[in-house]
Amino acid sequence: MSAALLIARRELFAYFRSPLAATVIAAALLIDGIVFYWKGLSEKVLSAVALAEFNWVAGGTAFLAGLVLAMRLVAEERQTGSMTLINTAPLKDSQIVAGKFLSAYFMVAVKTLLTLYMPLLLFVNGKVSVGHIVVGYAGILLYAAAGTAIGLFGSALARSQVVAIIISIAVAGALVLMWAVAKATDPPINTFLARLALHHDNQVPFMQGRLELGAVTYYLAVTWFFLLAATKVLEARRWR
Amino acid sequence: MIEVSELYKYYDDRRAVGPLSVRIEKGQVVGLLGLNGAGKTTTLRILACDLLPTSGTVRVAGLDVVDAPDRVKAQVGYLPDTPPVYPEMSISEYLTFAARLRGVSKSDLKKRVDEAIDQTELGDERDRLIESLSHGFRQRVGIAQAIVHRPAFVVLDEPISGLDPAQIVEMRSLVRSLSGEHTVVVSSHNLPEISETCDRLLVIKNGRIVADGTEQELTASQHGMKIQVTVRAAGSGADVGASSQALLSGLGAVRDVRLQRPSELGEGIATLSVSSDADIRDVVCRTLIEKGYGILELSRAERELEQAFLQLLSSGRSSDAEVAADADEAAESEDDTDDAAEATDDGTTADDASEKKETES
Repeated sequence: MSAALLIARRELFAYFRSPLAATVIAAALLIDGIVFYWKGLSEKVLSAVALAEFNWVAGGTAFLAGLVLAMRLVAEERQTGSMTLINTAPLKDSQIVAGKFLSAYFMVAVKTLLTLYMPLLLFVNGKVSVGHIVVGYAGILLYAAAGTAIGLFGSALARSQVVAIIISIAVAGALVLMWAVAKATDPPINTFLARLALHHDNQVPFMQGRLELGAVTYYLAVTWFFLLAATKVLEARRWR
Repeated sequence: MIEVSELYKYYDDRRAVGPLSVRIEKGQVVGLLGLNGAGKTTTLRILACDLLPTSGTVRVAGLDVVDAPDRVKAQVGYLPDTPPVYPEMSISEYLTFAARLRGVSKSDLKKRVDEAIDQTELGDERDRLIESLSHGFRQRVGIAQAIVHRPAFVVLDEPISGLDPAQIVEMRSLVRSLSGEHTVVVSSHNLPEISETCDRLLVIKNGRIVADGTEQELTASQHGMKIQVTVRAAGSGADVGASSQALLSGLGAVRDVRLQRPSELGEGIATLSVSSDADIRDVVCRTLIEKGYGILELSRAERELEQAFLQLLSSGRSSDAEVAADADEAAESEDDTDDAAEATDDGTTADDASEKKETES
């Protein structure tokens, strides 16, 4: 674990010294703020509805931020040749992947927590339950974890960051669109496909303040699966 | 000690290395010499556990690179053809990270980093960002990260590539200075670097070792020894040249004596090139002096090793070039392997991306 934390610290160091992380986080917060003001503060809606809208947009921006922040993690190192330093150090590939994931996820979590003032503003003129806020944030963080893992997987596959983000968006898009595919199919396949969808059936309960064990398990499984896939990609490269 | 036995490395169906067997004893500075695409970088990457072999065994200090890669990595320091640095870090930050990555304890950290910085003479630059360093300093940082954990084995891939003459001299002495504490394997196609830095040379061609020995052994095995001698005696230069040529031609082991353009101007001065089957510099010297010739200069021919090298690699060179070109395409399509190889019917191969770039240039 200490090796993974060492990698994570270095990656955080790189994030703080490059404009990428600051730009991505600033853009995501700007979108969160604009949409929250527009949907939550400007219209006469129930506070719970406004909070659900906030959860929707903050989840989306956190997910995308995870994809973008993760695209450089392996691809950039391979591009510059610095991956050799890590590859030839006495580390396991799973430690490398864990460290890189933790760094990007930390940045996404910071971005997410910086939005905390927005739902709290609802207490000024409205009334929402703290439980709804907490569950909403749990959903956002789980969704973002899946996005970061998919981004890392894309980065492990590609040599260029552009290709990495394209792969990541393609994989994430396919999982999100599972919901639309489910609508076009008959039972029981549609139920199965709907449960595989990255957003709709699994994220909506969080947005509405309902904590569902199935959805939590789903996001943890997706995150674990793509981290494992990224580890296997790194392992396989040594044999190629 | 490094033991390589029947090593093969294929990229898909293309052979980059193999069969390759070699044994490197502790404390040696060994040069891996070969043309672009010969298999040098692939071999070194396998020694550093950056790549795994397709078949065969590679043991570093008795540990197999496939069975115990983490333990092998802890004993190896590796400088690839491009220094694996992070431009946004300062030298000391980077070396601290590299040392921690290699398991140096926190209590030893500062000492080890300071030692590596001292050894590579980076003291004045230690707080500078790596992105602001010249190529030569980046190479030094690359070597510093390779030795910061005091590995038993240091593997350096083309350490002088891209350096200016002054930096080459410094780098040569730096590599030489590593020999006491570490076993060093250096790859290069730069003959002076190899011959002046290494105790032993391994000439690699088509992924195989085609010659193994000291510089003297390799040159002698190809065409004996060639020396150049400049003499002075009474008479015209032509007469002195003819008489000394006749004198030296009669010596045992001498294969050929040729008159050359005198290396300096003056009355009665002649320069001869003497090819022999063995090292007869002392015999030549004694014979000339006994016969009344003054010896102004006697040295081994400057391009002797180069000629030996070219002789060793002369056959199949065109195949190598073709294969290296094919490897370019393969590497471009095959992401980060950086190495690619092409096998032909006669077993020619090609190697890594860096070597390919040089081929292109």
